[in-house]
Amino acid sequence: MLAFLVQRISQAVVVMFVISVIAFAIQDGLGDPLQEMVGMSVSQEEREALRDELGLNDSMVVQYLRFAGNAIQGDLGNSYFYGKPTLDVIAEHLPATLELVIGASLIIMLLSVPIGVYAAIRPQALLSKFFMGVSTVGISIPVFLTAIVLIQIYSIGVTVEWFPADTGWGSWLNGALTTEGGLPSYGRGDDLTHLFGTWNSGFFSNRGLMHLVLPCVSLASIMLPLFIRLIRAEMMEVLQSDYIRYARAKGLSAVRINFLHALKNTMLPVITVGGVQIGVMVAYTILTETVFQWPGVGLMFLEAITRSDIPLIVAYLMVVGLIFVITNTLVDLVYGLVNPTVKLTGKKA
Amino acid sequence: MTTATLSRWDRFRESFLWYSFKRDKVAIVSFLVLLLMVLAAIFAPLLAPTDPYDLALINIMNSEMPPVGMQGADAAFPLGTDAQGRDMLSTILYGTRVSLLIGFGAVVLQAALGILFGLLAGYLGGRVDSILMRIADVQLSFSTLMVAIIVGAVFKASFGSLMFGEIAIYMLIFIIGVAEWPQIARTVRASVLAEKKKEYVDAAKVMGFRTNRIMFRHILPNTLSPIFVIATVQIANAIISEAALSFLGLGMPETQPSLGSLIKSGFDYIQSGSWWITLLPGLVLVVLVLVINLLGDWLRDVMNPRLYKG
Repeated sequence: MLAFLVQRISQAVVVMFVISVIAFAIQDGLGDPLQEMVGMSVSQEEREALRDELGLNDSMVVQYLRFAGNAIQGDLGNSYFYGKPTLDVIAEHLPATLELVIGASLIIMLLSVPIGVYAAIRPQALLSKFFMGVSTVGISIPVFLTAIVLIQIYSIGVTVEWFPADTGWGSWLNGALTTEGGLPSYGRGDDLTHLFGTWNSGFFSNRGLMHLVLPCVSLASIMLPLFIRLIRAEMMEVLQSDYIRYARAKGLSAVRINFLHALKNTMLPVITVGGVQIGVMVAYTILTETVFQWPGVGLMFLEAITRSDIPLIVAYLMVVGLIFVITNTLVDLVYGLVNPTVKLTGKKA
Repeated sequence: MTTATLSRWDRFRESFLWYSFKRDKVAIVSFLVLLLMVLAAIFAPLLAPTDPYDLALINIMNSEMPPVGMQGADAAFPLGTDAQGRDMLSTILYGTRVSLLIGFGAVVLQAALGILFGLLAGYLGGRVDSILMRIADVQLSFSTLMVAIIVGAVFKASFGSLMFGEIAIYMLIFIIGVAEWPQIARTVRASVLAEKKKEYVDAAKVMGFRTNRIMFRHILPNTLSPIFVIATVQIANAIISEAALSFLGLGMPETQPSLGSLIKSGFDYIQSGSWWITLLPGLVLVVLVLVINLLGDWLRDVMNPRLYKG
């Protein structure tokens, strides 16, 4: 166990080192800090002197070591646009993204387990086939398109006049498909509760929750089909095993077998894959936040790209890299703890 | 020559693949829809009423016209027009062409990388294997979309928007191809590990064939069916990735739109009620990805290779 621990942690350190080298290369390769700092009128000699002073003429290795040393001490430079330390900017934006991920994860957990289990227990039922069909379609819809459709339906509202309005069923169908609109589709709203530090939460007020609904549903929509399929596949495999057959032969009730005996062993791989997928969700938050103008780190990153705010881009890479490395290492460790014989295999993008 | 092709055709008609295809309605419909879309994309210059790349044909007075059947529609623009006055039908046809081209190109690139690295890792084993698979693990744990977004962002920042727009097709093929190679490399490696224990490989070694020859001429042909299955699904993934990148402004420029950049340019106008600029290309994108995914599912069931879970 100790060897495993050391191996995983040293691997995480190596990955973080590679990420920092990439981030350093980006910082070094993109743009010239002198151009940002001085005007046109500064002479060549003064530029050279400033270069020396800033250490830009030092060797690559020395510059990298300085960069890494500062990074470890929590100094990743100042953002050009915000004019303050990049890590502070990220700290201000991170809570919004985390709330999005938390909300989406809640939706995924609450829906995927019952649907996945049901589809595994009754694979031939019409409802199961419907859920599996919907999940295949769901995988094929890009997250930003789901978001746009949700905005169109629940924020702008749609008027449906496809069916003959003079018949009873026609006007009922028209009425049922027509939506009023009204859910907010822009930002987090201003009714936020201050928790601690930079964390202002939207979870504790009605307006805040309303603002969370559409972004969280969109973000959940991309992961939900994956989880339903995964839970269904794992559950079906578990239901084939000997101990379940034995439990059936013993005459235990179906509910007890399915939810106590089978579900426990189904959830083991699901939780670990889930841990990794929550990290993967960070990529999708960029898309979701763009559509909803959600003031989180994803939108901040995209704006940093448009503004060529290189220190902020680099800081985002380092922070997101660290989040990924930590979640993956934790997931690996938990998995190794619970089940040392099984190697964690594939995970889909 | 003719006898050879004939017998090959006959062999295909007797095969299990054709047999199960004939019996699967979903597969048949998906295949027909895909075929139709691919043909429409290939022949877009002949089918499209106007050339959306030709600025001289665009009239701003025609902008934001709704599709036929709604009030204020013009019969000249059956699917309406976008904010610049381009015919939606034409831009969608050309957009599908760009999306398919990038999806296909990216999969060819990632298959080339994935097959090469997968064969090396699986057959040579040892240090080569552990280094390549570690890289693959790390890249996958970051999610391919994240890698693609970061690489795209760096490229865009270093080339500048204008130049990036000109070479966007090649850039996107490169970015998505490089971001997704681990998926194929893992599949190839898994089947190589199974194949290399078989007797024909021992026989080839005893006969003194070179390692390259054994890898590419003997083992590779036997690992093709799982590659084929995963490549199909990967085309769908690549098309979605391309659309996502374009939607973020890291992909195709508006002057040469893919389905993703059409959705992006329409999104600015959806609040004003012009839903068709966004939702029509969106619908085409979803149908395209869906039929490819359905075909991939069917192929996986038929060929039943040992694929990874998830």
